[in-house]
Amino acid sequence: MLPTDSNKALSFKRGIQDGDLVIVYERHDVMKPVKVTKDGVLQNRFGFYKHSDWIGKPLGTKVFSNKGKFVYLLAPTPELWTLVLSHRTQILYIADISFVVMYLEVVPGCVVLESGTGSGSLSTSLARAVAPTGHVYSFDYHEQRAACAREDFEMTGISSLVTVEVRDIQGQGFPEKLSGLADSVFLDLPQPWLAVPSAAKMLKEDGVLCSFSPCIEQVQRTCEVLRSDFIEIRTFEVLLRTYEVKEMKVETVAVIGESQDEEDNGGPRPSKRKHLSNNGDYAVSHDNSSNATSVVMARPCSEARGHTGYLTFARLQCLS
Amino acid sequence: MEHSEDQTSMPEKNINSKRQDPNPRFASEGCSVLLDVNDGDRLVFARLSPGAIFKIGNTKYSLKPMIGAPFGSLFQVETGEEGSFLSRVLPIKKESSSSNVIDDVRDNRELIDDNESQNLTAEEIEAMRRDGAKGDEIIEALIANSKTFDKKFQLSQEKYLLKKQKKYAPKVLLRRPFARSICEAYFKKYPARIGFIRVDALSLLLTMANVTAYSDVLVVDMVGGLVTGAVAERLGGTGYVCNTYKGNSPYSVDMVRMFNFTDKVIERIVHSSIHELSSPKTALPEENNQQESSKSDMIEDISVTAEAIVDDGVTESKIIKAPQPGAKASKEAVEMWKENGFSSLIMAAQDQDPWTLAKDVLPLLSYSAPFAIYHQYLQPLATCMHNLQQGKMAINLQITEPWLREYQVLPSRTHPHMQMSSFGGYVLSGIRISTTT
Repeated sequence: MLPTDSNKALSFKRGIQDGDLVIVYERHDVMKPVKVTKDGVLQNRFGFYKHSDWIGKPLGTKVFSNKGKFVYLLAPTPELWTLVLSHRTQILYIADISFVVMYLEVVPGCVVLESGTGSGSLSTSLARAVAPTGHVYSFDYHEQRAACAREDFEMTGISSLVTVEVRDIQGQGFPEKLSGLADSVFLDLPQPWLAVPSAAKMLKEDGVLCSFSPCIEQVQRTCEVLRSDFIEIRTFEVLLRTYEVKEMKVETVAVIGESQDEEDNGGPRPSKRKHLSNNGDYAVSHDNSSNATSVVMARPCSEARGHTGYLTFARLQCLS
Repeated sequence: MEHSEDQTSMPEKNINSKRQDPNPRFASEGCSVLLDVNDGDRLVFARLSPGAIFKIGNTKYSLKPMIGAPFGSLFQVETGEEGSFLSRVLPIKKESSSSNVIDDVRDNRELIDDNESQNLTAEEIEAMRRDGAKGDEIIEALIANSKTFDKKFQLSQEKYLLKKQKKYAPKVLLRRPFARSICEAYFKKYPARIGFIRVDALSLLLTMANVTAYSDVLVVDMVGGLVTGAVAERLGGTGYVCNTYKGNSPYSVDMVRMFNFTDKVIERIVHSSIHELSSPKTALPEENNQQESSKSDMIEDISVTAEAIVDDGVTESKIIKAPQPGAKASKEAVEMWKENGFSSLIMAAQDQDPWTLAKDVLPLLSYSAPFAIYHQYLQPLATCMHNLQQGKMAINLQITEPWLREYQVLPSRTHPHMQMSSFGGYVLSGIRISTTT
C-alpha cells in the first residue's frame, strides 16, 4: 500500500502484477479489496472478471466483465482501505483520522502507541505517517481481533511498520520496555483515564496524547486525570459535511413587468438569473427553450454522520 | 594553527548536527520556534539568536534564555537587577481538585461595576514591579486589596485569577513549529494569507492526497508555502514535493522557513512550471543557469516576508539564514515524473479557477493517483467536480467541508466554546483514472 516498496509505487509504466492488492471500484459506495491471482475470478452482479485480464494493465483503468460491464481497479490507500475493511469494531473515519494524525504531530520516524487496535483503520494511517523509519505499537486485549489485524496489515503490506500485541492497556498499562520512547499515544478505550498514567510514562517530554471517546462523561473524567501531568489539554469534535453537485436546467424568466423584447435581444444577463423561478406557473407560461440555462449547483447532502467522538489532546509537561 | 581552526569551526558543527536531528527536542540557536503566550492568547514565530528580542506588553525580553531549552518548556517573566527577563519555570504538580462548584452558595449579586473595588492604584502596582515583585506576589496583593474577591462566586474568582495572571505573570511556552501549529497561528492572525485553510482542512488535504514517505507530490501552493511545508513534513526527506505554477515565476513558499526542516527535507522541496512538466520529453531550455537565478530571487523574497509574519513585537537583530527551500526541479526529476506521473496532487490556489488549473495539472498524475483541491468558495469547486465527472477524468469525487468545534471541559462546566470558527474551507477530492481503454 505504501510506496516505501518502490516496486509497488504508482507509475504509468507499472502494470498490475500477480499478488497485488487492488481495490475494485464499482461505485463510490461499492468497493471491494481483491488480491490478484493468475487464476482468480471476481464475480459481481455484472458478471465475472478474470484476473488474468487485469495483469499488465496499469492501475486506475477500466476492466470489463464477460457481460461487457466495467469496474475500475485502484491502488489501495489508507482511505480506500478504511471504506472496505471488515468492521470488527466501530472504526474511525477520515475526518477524525486526519485530525488525529496532524494533532499528534506524527512525522516520519516517530514512534506511536495505540490502544485498542480495533479494526486497524487508524493504525493504517498512523503507519503511513511514521514510514519509513518509525513504528506503530498497537495493543488490543481481544486475541482474535489482534490476529485479524495482523493478517490485514500483512495483506496491505504495512506489517513491518505496525506491531500488534494482545494486552489489556486499561488494566496493565503499556509495556515497560516502551517507557519514554513514544512521540505520541492514541487511546480509544472505554475508560481512558485508567490508561493515562501509563501513557504519560511512555511519552517523551512534550509528546502528545490523544483520547477518543464517544461520550462526554468519559472526556470529563479523562481531562481530570490529564491535568496532573499534561498541559494544553484541548477537546474537539470534528465532522464532515458532504455536498451534492448537480447540473440542472433552470428557467431564466424575466420578472413580470419587464418587456419581453429586452429579454429576447439582450439574452440572459447575469442580473436576470437572480430571478430564477421555482414557480411552475410562471416558468411554463413563459416557456421558451432559449430561456433554459444549465447551471451547476451544490447543496449539502441531507444526511450525515452527526457524531463520532470527542478528541481530547494533551501535551506531556516538560519537567527536565 | 590547525588547532585554533578546529576550535572556531566547532560551534558551527554543533549547530548543524542539532539541526539534522529529524525530530529535535531542544531549541538550538538559529532554529525557528513558536512562542505561545498565555495558553494560546498570542502565537508568535521567532528565530532564536542571542540578540533576538520579544515584546510582552511594553517590556522587551531577550530570547537568549530559550537557547538550549527543551521544546515544551515554560518561561515566566521575572525582574532582576538588570531589568526584566524570561526565566524557565518547572511546573509544580497540581493535585486535581474536583470540588463541586454547583454547591457554592455565593453569587455575584453584590458586585457593582464602579471601579472602586480595588484599593491598589496603578502606580502602586508599577512600584511593586520595579522593586522586583514576582507576578504571583502582585496577584496576591491584588486579591488582598480587593473588596469584592471573597464575595465572588467560586467560578468568578477563578476567572479573576486567570485574568490577573495573564496580565501580571504572563507565561511563555516554547513550542516546536509543526504544520499544525503554523496553520493554527496563521489562521488565527492572518487567515487570508493561507486562503482561510483551517487546520482540519489542511489535515484532510494531506490525508486525501495520501501523502507519505517516498511519494512524489505535486502541489499548487498559492497559500505562502503552508501546503508545501506540510507535505514536506510528511515526506521526511524522501520523495519530492514539487510546486508547480502557471507562467514564469514560482509562487512564494516562504512559510517553509517556519518549519525546522533539515537540509535533507529542504532538498526535497522543488518547483517546476506546468509548462515544463507537460511539454513532451525533450531537452528543457536554459535548464542550468535558471537554477541559480531562481535561487537568488528566493532569498530576496524571503527576507521581505519572513519578517512580516513575525509578530510586530519581535525583531531579529541577527538573522541566521535557514537553508533556502524551493530550488528548481532537476532535469532528471522532471523526466522521471513525465515517465511515471506524480503519485498525488494538492491544489490550494486561492485566486485561480480550480477547473482551469485542474485540467492542465491532473494529466501529470499517475492513474489511480488521489488528489485534493482546496478552495474557499464552493461554486468553483462544484463546477470543477462536474467537469471532471463529465470528462470522465476522475472517480470517487466528493466535495467535503470540515466542521470543527472545540469544548471547554471543566468540572460541572463542560460546554462548547462560545466562539468558534464557522468556516475552514472546502475540499474536492477524487482519484485520477485512465481515460483510454
